[in-house]
Order: sequence, then C-alpha cells, then structure tokens
Amino acid sequence: MTPVTVSIAASLASIILLVIVFELIRSRRLRERYALLWLLTGVVLLVLSAWRDGLNTIARWVGVQTYPPAVLFAVGSLFILAVLLHYSTVISKLSDQSSILAQRVALLETRLNENGSR
Amino acid sequence: MSSLRRIAIVPALNEEGAIGRVVDEIRAYDPGLEIVVIDDGSVDSTTDVAREHGAHVLRLPFNLGIGGSVQTGFRYAYENGFELAVRADGDGQHDPAQLGAVLEPVLRGEVDIAVGSRYLERREGYRSSVTRRIGIRLLARIVSALTRQRITDPTSGFQALNRKAITLFAADYPHDYPEVEALVMVIRHRLRLKEVPVSMRPRAAGRSSIRTLSSVYYMVKVLLALFVGSFRRNVVPLEEK
Repeated sequence: MTPVTVSIAASLASIILLVIVFELIRSRRLRERYALLWLLTGVVLLVLSAWRDGLNTIARWVGVQTYPPAVLFAVGSLFILAVLLHYSTVISKLSDQSSILAQRVALLETRLNENGSR
Repeated sequence: MSSLRRIAIVPALNEEGAIGRVVDEIRAYDPGLEIVVIDDGSVDSTTDVAREHGAHVLRLPFNLGIGGSVQTGFRYAYENGFELAVRADGDGQHDPAQLGAVLEPVLRGEVDIAVGSRYLERREGYRSSVTRRIGIRLLARIVSALTRQRITDPTSGFQALNRKAITLFAADYPHDYPEVEALVMVIRHRLRLKEVPVSMRPRAAGRSSIRTLSSVYYMVKVLLALFVGSFRRNVVPLEEK
C-alpha cells in the first residue's frame, strides 16, 4: 500500500507545479500553447497522488508488488520525456525560423544598400 | 462615405483562388478604403494575386498563425495613422457588400468596435457545421458571462474598429486563435463593443485553417486563455504618438 504521507507530499508537489504554471501564464512568461503539456502533467500526477486506490490498482496492473508510488515516478518521468521531446520540436522550428529571418534581413539589407548607392 | 482614413485588413493563407475577388469586392464597396493583405507564409501565389489586384501586401516570412498575422495588420494601420479599420477574411466568407452594416456603428461613434454576428438574427447564409456551432454556443455563453454583455458569435473575425481599438490591438493581441480572447480583452479595457447581424458565405476556395484535431486544441487553448486571462490585470495600451 501507498503510505499516506507519500500521497500527501506528492499531491502537494503536483499542486505547486500547477500553481507555478498558472502564474507563469498569467504573468505572460509562458504561452498557453506551451503550457498545455505541463498542465496535463500536473493534473495526471495530482490525480494519481490523491486517488490512492487508483494508484494501487494501476501498480498491480503493471506488476509493481511492493511499492505503488514507484508508478508515480514512472508516470512523472514519462511526462517529462514527452515535454522534452515536445520542446525539441519547438526548438527545431524556432531555429528554422531564425535562419529564414536572418536570410530575409540579409537580402533586405543588400537591396537597401544597392538602391542607396545608385 | 466619409473622409476618415480607412483600411481593410485581410489575413490570407494559401488563398490564391479567393483573394483576388475579395480585394475587388472590397474596392467595389468603397474605393476610398485602402486594402492590406497579410500573407501568413502562403506557399501559393497569394501575394502575387493580391498585388495584381492592387492591395498592399505584407508577406510574413513564415506562418505566424491568425493572431500574429491580424496583429501585423493592426500595427500597419496604427503606424500609418489610419482612423478606421475593418477586418475581412481572405477566404471570402465575409461578404464585402455587408461592410456597411459592420462599419456603421463605428462611424456613428456609437462603439469602438463592431462585430458581425451570424447568429444575432435568423438569416440565410453560412452558419458553420453542427459540431462547430456547439463549440461556438459554449464559447458565446462563457464570453457573455465574462463580459456581462450578450455575445452570439464570439469567433467572428468580421469586425470594424476605430483608432482606439486599433491602438489596443496593435499593442496587445492574443496568439493563435484570437477572436474569443480579444472580445474579453476589449470589454476589460472598457472599450464599447456591439454585435451587428450579418450573413456569411461558405469559403470560396481553399480550406479552413482549423481542422478536426486542431479544433480540440482550439477549445482547450481558448478556454485556458479565458480562465487565466480573467486573473490578469489590464495592459496599458500604446500611447498615441
């Protein structure tokens, strides 16, 4: 069985994560688009932490006999992987866009200079 | 119709089939209306077609999404001193013949922003698919509650704005799918807003930028933004130069 203190601590941690994400969106330091995966992570972890029977049941399903909170770690790690992967795609898109911008600026600068010297 | 400097802001993404007619129809409605088409990273000849039909074209180097491209238009209007702006979409859904209905309340000085609504009156014309209308209804309820004003078509992009509203949107405009959040923003900044009945047409060509999977994202994102936004203080709009 999951110790009660572990459930309480894990629930608190999830709530803190959710509050931080909320505050980051509110103060416009995090766009809604990039917050969704974090919010999903927080909600899933909160549900698994607070819903003790659920955690025990899932632990049994996946063959965790001795210590159900291990499932929390596993789920948390999976979500962190998902967030990291998502951000890798975001970074790739950003770097594509910044090279397009650099090229456009260079082309514009040349056009301006060549027009000016005529 | 008036001596105000006025501009039509037309966002377009891969609309080479429709954009020419949209530009022509806007010009036919009011030759004194300047037209700026914002090409949001199209891979077809949207920019060329719009230029051939005599519009100013702002070609974005890559896709910014509807929010980013429409705001580009508001910035253009703001920096070039326009006093009146209308937004009409480049897919031809917004019938330029009905621009008058949207412009009228703003021209009279009655409101700062007027929004064309498909659902304010029972009318013929395009009313969107059933699933979308359910979503629009839900958003309308929420926005009406948040603004304490009856809103029937919260996703409508068929709008007319005065200088005050242009200034606000040039300074701050929501990302991605902006219309719903923008309504709440407008009311929170104490601008006067009114819906006017219009009918819309089905799109002339091309396809909507909002498809099935992204409509799920649309709802989640907009609901989240509305929720978080209601805990946000106002941003100070740009000062007039």
